[in-house]
Amino acid sequence: MRELKILAVIVVFTLITYYLVEPFAHSQMHKHVEGEGFAYSDLPALTKTGDALKGKELVMGAAACTGCHAITKEGIVAGMDPAMAAQSYGVNPPDLSNAGVVYDAKFLAALIKNPAHALKVEHKFDAAKGKMHPMPQFYGAGGDIDQEIADIVAYLQSIAPKAEELTSEQAYKLACGGCHENRYAGWTQVGQTPKFKKKQDELKFNLAKADYQDALTKYMGKLPPDLSIYIRSRGEHYIKTFVEDPQAYLAGTAMPRVGVSTAGMEKVIEYLEDSGDAKRHERESIGPKVMLFTLVFALFAFLWKKELWSKLH
Amino acid sequence: MAHFTKATGLQDWFNQRLATDIVSRVMATEYWIPKNINFLWAMGMVLVITFVFLLASGIILMMYYQPNVETAFDSVNYIIMKEVEFGWLWRHVHGVAASIVFLIMYIHMFTGIYYGSYKKGRELIWISGMLLFVAFSAEAFSGYMLPWGQMSYWAGMVITNIFSLGDLHLNGLVEWIRGDYVPAQAFLNRFYMLHVLLLPLVIIVLIALHFATLRIPHVNNQEGEELDFEEEAKKYKSGDKKGSKVMAFANDFLSKDMLVVSIFMILFFYLVFYNYDFAMDPVNFDPADGLKTPAHIYPEWYFLWSYEVLRPFSTNIGLIAFGFAQVIFVMLPFLDRSPNAIPAHKRGAFQIWFWVLLADMIVLTAMGKLPPEGIYSTIGLVSVLLFIALWIVLPFITKMEKKL
Amino acid sequence: MTKTNRRAFMGKAFSAVAGVGAIASLYAMKKSWDPLPSVKAAGFTTLDMSEYKGNELVTEKWRGKPVFILKYTPEMMASLNDDQKTRVIQIGSDYFMVTLGLCTHLGCIPGYNPDEKSFLCACHGGTFNVAGEVTKAPPPRDLDIPPFKINGTTLVLGEEGDEYKKLLEDGKTLRV
Repeated sequence: MRELKILAVIVVFTLITYYLVEPFAHSQMHKHVEGEGFAYSDLPALTKTGDALKGKELVMGAAACTGCHAITKEGIVAGMDPAMAAQSYGVNPPDLSNAGVVYDAKFLAALIKNPAHALKVEHKFDAAKGKMHPMPQFYGAGGDIDQEIADIVAYLQSIAPKAEELTSEQAYKLACGGCHENRYAGWTQVGQTPKFKKKQDELKFNLAKADYQDALTKYMGKLPPDLSIYIRSRGEHYIKTFVEDPQAYLAGTAMPRVGVSTAGMEKVIEYLEDSGDAKRHERESIGPKVMLFTLVFALFAFLWKKELWSKLH
Repeated sequence: MAHFTKATGLQDWFNQRLATDIVSRVMATEYWIPKNINFLWAMGMVLVITFVFLLASGIILMMYYQPNVETAFDSVNYIIMKEVEFGWLWRHVHGVAASIVFLIMYIHMFTGIYYGSYKKGRELIWISGMLLFVAFSAEAFSGYMLPWGQMSYWAGMVITNIFSLGDLHLNGLVEWIRGDYVPAQAFLNRFYMLHVLLLPLVIIVLIALHFATLRIPHVNNQEGEELDFEEEAKKYKSGDKKGSKVMAFANDFLSKDMLVVSIFMILFFYLVFYNYDFAMDPVNFDPADGLKTPAHIYPEWYFLWSYEVLRPFSTNIGLIAFGFAQVIFVMLPFLDRSPNAIPAHKRGAFQIWFWVLLADMIVLTAMGKLPPEGIYSTIGLVSVLLFIALWIVLPFITKMEKKL
Repeated sequence: MTKTNRRAFMGKAFSAVAGVGAIASLYAMKKSWDPLPSVKAAGFTTLDMSEYKGNELVTEKWRGKPVFILKYTPEMMASLNDDQKTRVIQIGSDYFMVTLGLCTHLGCIPGYNPDEKSFLCACHGGTFNVAGEVTKAPPPRDLDIPPFKINGTTLVLGEEGDEYKKLLEDGKTLRV
């Protein structure tokens, strides 16, 4: 009985200390943002139903999306290589093949209408001060602008893979990969690092990467961080809520709101887990087995002790 | 020359050459432990087992770790965590054990304080134990440098800066310790050496010393009763195991040790698999960057109370208070003037002293992590002053204690 | 001298010789821990001072430590008092604040706010003004000025010029 009392005292003091230095201290040191589950409630809801065929005409024609954006799925390739595009626009305009699933539809519509507003970077790109966002606003092709935008969104959704077919690579490349390197996954801003056959190829690749990063640094103020093990350094909750609204954590940050959909975010997290916590499945499967073993071990220790001590008392 | 006969078996062969029978009697089967003890007496064995975990996991980690400022971070986070089979397991075991070993050490220390196990011939047990605490602290700090993350770098910067000793401005000493103007290659290499060779050697020697100091005075018991070990041992050996007040270390006490160890292991492996962030700070998963300070710099939890002693004052006074906190525990056997070596609950004022000290150290630990602003810096200052006051009054309140 | 005394003496003499050897090896070990010549030689940084813009903080690197270079605008110069002006470094017709970018408390890097014209250390809340003076504790002293030498329009960090020596004598900075 006395031993249980002593144990209770130790457990209580240990838990108080743990509570104070872990959950409590971290709640005092870090801003907590709850997030709204990628609802983007500040953006207007979509009211019109789009027509993908009309959207295709707009994307290829009047809206001039393909002037800068590749849509490799439809056979439209980029006019410039990534490094050159970054030197012209700051970042490489993303390939739109998967945009319809990775990005939220409401966000896409708002983005086409007013990029700086949807991206929440108006502090950086203020048209009144002559600082234009590199992606021009879409002023309409003559008809009902909201209908036209709905058509474009419908088209992008029609060519995108279904949510359950989207791969984590596709999601990361589109949502994060234009700015953020991920060395542990072999990803750079200019693409997946290939296996080099010749030293010259490696040097060329690294030169393109350095050029891209230089242009990106100029555009963003500093080089966006490598995300290899952000899943360990920041954790899932922080990453999700930060991506949903960077300004909520870091007012004035150059990082735009990316506008990912719930499905897109899940896939991005999966990619980050694969690069930064690759052995999690192994950990999760071995954990219960080890716990079971420790219980059996404790049982046998108890029986051994009982046998020896029965002779002592 | 010694006389050797043909051995009757393997045991005899070794016994003739190594006196293994005498060794096992002295160390185990006739090493007498009082029966009147509780599970707190098993913390020593828990520490031994944790040290073995640290040693075993450390040996594997050392085979892949690269002590180079360019590659150290990736050798840990990529090679060990992603490539090496079970590398993640060894790293988590190593990190969690390094943190939890301090929890057990603190329990072990406070057990000693509570039961007065540093008095009447047991002074050296306490002092060698405190030396072990210092050696483990150095071992933990040097190990924390090795992943070369942001916390490694900045903790290394802040802690080595302490050696400039305030207004003495010993920048030369700081640069000598680092081998550079800032933590860099020379720094990482020498802390690697300290962590994997010199400090473990010191720790192993100190563990041997700690055990040796225990052998003659024997361990204390939970009533502070003075036992006639020879008389009780005679009873035990004559077959009156139930009547004797002592038992053999092995296997009698060992079986209880292992039961406690087994319960400890349930907690330990739960932490390794399900709750490891407390021991592996997320900030240290960002690579070291000498031009960017993290928003909050704090040491691991077991250093927080002494870190907080440093903080509320101006640099010089803070350093003096810090130095005081580092050595004062070692002096305990000489500051406690009471003639009694009995548990705190029989000692009146000392009992209050004990619980206030424990609570104060927990408050200091919490304040050491919180940002030193507003109410937290006030609470921190008050707790530091209380901590110092407690040690100043200790000789007086114990002097007044009557001999029981 | 009896035989036993002699033996005791020789025992002590032997210990003394062994002690000399031990001290000599400790000395050699101490020297082996010293910063390497290559580390020391990398301790000089030359800066072209004509490249900086007013009220724009630039962080240079010297001996692995950040060095703040802040060029004063005429308005900023006008806001300084005479005592603060002694810390100002003049190169040609330009005026600069040149300090180590490390908080004198525990070595974190303060951030600069160009609108409020002040530095804030995020670690423990210390603040400094544009002259590098402490305006809020815990930092115990003003930002340190690294050793410098003015060479025409360039500044060499790590060499001790006359202007630096004067600052040192006047107690405006510590030797860092």
